[in-house]
Amino acid sequence: MKLLPSPRRVLSTYVIFYVAILYFPVLLLPIFSVNDSATPMLPLAGFTLKWYEGLSGNAAMLGAAWNSLIVGVSAAFLSTVLGICAARAITRHRFRGLGAASGLIMAPLILPEIIIAISLLVVLLGLGLELSLITVILGHLLICVPYSVTVLVSGFEGFDPSMEEASRDLGETAFGTLRRVTLPMLAPSIVSSLLVTFTISLDEFILAFFLSGTEPTLPVYIWGQLRFAAKLPNVLALGSILIAASLVLLTAAELFRRRAERKMELRP
Amino acid sequence: MGTAGKPGHGEEAHLQPSAPTLPVERSARRTGGPRFLQTETGKGWLTISPPLIYAVLLLIGPIIVIITHSFWTQDYLTIDRTFTLDNYKAALTEPIYRDLLMRSLFVSVTVAFVTVILAYPVAWFVSFHGGRYKGLWLFIITVPFWSGYLLRILSWKVILGYKGVLNSGLLYLGVIAEPLNWLIYNVNAVIITLAHSWAAFAILPLFVSLEKLDRSLLEAAADLGDGPVRRFLRVTLPLTMPGIIAALLIVMIPTVGDYVTPRLVGGKDGVMIANAIQAQFGKASNWPLGAALAVTTMVIVSLVAGAIVLMLLGLKRLFK
Repeated sequence: MKLLPSPRRVLSTYVIFYVAILYFPVLLLPIFSVNDSATPMLPLAGFTLKWYEGLSGNAAMLGAAWNSLIVGVSAAFLSTVLGICAARAITRHRFRGLGAASGLIMAPLILPEIIIAISLLVVLLGLGLELSLITVILGHLLICVPYSVTVLVSGFEGFDPSMEEASRDLGETAFGTLRRVTLPMLAPSIVSSLLVTFTISLDEFILAFFLSGTEPTLPVYIWGQLRFAAKLPNVLALGSILIAASLVLLTAAELFRRRAERKMELRP
Repeated sequence: MGTAGKPGHGEEAHLQPSAPTLPVERSARRTGGPRFLQTETGKGWLTISPPLIYAVLLLIGPIIVIITHSFWTQDYLTIDRTFTLDNYKAALTEPIYRDLLMRSLFVSVTVAFVTVILAYPVAWFVSFHGGRYKGLWLFIITVPFWSGYLLRILSWKVILGYKGVLNSGLLYLGVIAEPLNWLIYNVNAVIITLAHSWAAFAILPLFVSLEKLDRSLLEAAADLGDGPVRRFLRVTLPLTMPGIIAALLIVMIPTVGDYVTPRLVGGKDGVMIANAIQAQFGKASNWPLGAALAVTTMVIVSLVAGAIVLMLLGLKRLFK
């Protein structure tokens, strides 16, 4: 009997293997970004930071990073505002058509991005708008709102609506209740939503590629650099920085989400 | 704000001298307005209206515009707005588009099934053996997914390339004498890359459906003498079918329109329909044809998705 490993063992081994494969390509970029070789090949050639040094003072890249920052912050803020409206309606109101309305808001999650991108492109150009960072923000909002809604729905579910009622009964105005009761209770979820949507916007490529005109975001800039084989190590360095940034933002978002959950557990 | 509110206060106080009823009076006034907005339905619609109007204007509107465009014709720089089905005829009959469409469908269906089959045991493990660390496990599994779509695909290009990590590694170890040329620039490379990219998307719905599974049903099946295989086929699989279907669709529909993966690792033999759609909106500059290709892709992938759902539901009934 000892010869056969237990099913539990087999499953654990499989899961470890699976997670390793998930991480392997992601960890590869940082490894080769400090490898002293112009092409990413094995065996590793030695440690260097020159690919990172090559990035500093690169005006085009810094411009793209600045663009990404503007787009990310705008998309995160606006999608969280829209997400609060949707999440509130979903958790606090029951009405006919709610399913259809929320389905429509969540639809960009499952649609191929290229469909969203080309339809927006045709309409925006048809309206005579120039492609700019604003058009990228408009596109990113569509795909960020569903994530905001998901995060914020659990936030709204996490606190008792009677607290808002109590505030109103005690004479607070609707705005006062929002500012002094609802938003503080929701704060961890709001921060989590901001961080998650910023990360999505930062990493998003297809919509930015179609809608960005002459001002590239970082992924669009990276795409342009891929044409030059000699630039690959620099791209790997930039990609590693982006991965690290995403990781930090998401870990922070997760910690805030956990805090929101703990708040919920403390509820009497 | 403060001064504007004051007269209102005074008025109310005047009308309702007894202080304790004041907040009630104010709350009634606050929700004033058209009668519809005072009903639960009205308040609900009002609350959801900002994101809903946004989705209608920037998603439904543009999609209608695209559908309209697909019935027009590109006439050099202008668009001829007489109704025609020529674009659809081209999309469905021209060998190049037909081949690209079939390949895209093949890739997306394969990726969906591969992803779900590989992810199911992991979702099972997290749900049944995750214990206190379920949240942490899910976080660990979803992190690589957040590392940037473009970068993940680039990474696979670095791994699978002719002079890439895998080839150079195997050469160095002496396993192969010369680089393998079938690793990259074909459909398999596209499938591997996409299956990796969408893994997290498949795990989440599977995990949710496994969490909802009533464990006492499994115990009951075991008590009644069902072995692990029968338990899985007759209890777990049918009851988690909604999660399996959700996971399949959530992977299949977006991947059919993937643009970057075929461009970076697909090569000549891995081109997919999104590349043709992009070409029509870029270099070829034939928006109506591009629109028709996009609409055709969506309609066909929806039909295939519907067929798969029906098939799986049939399968579920068979096991019961």
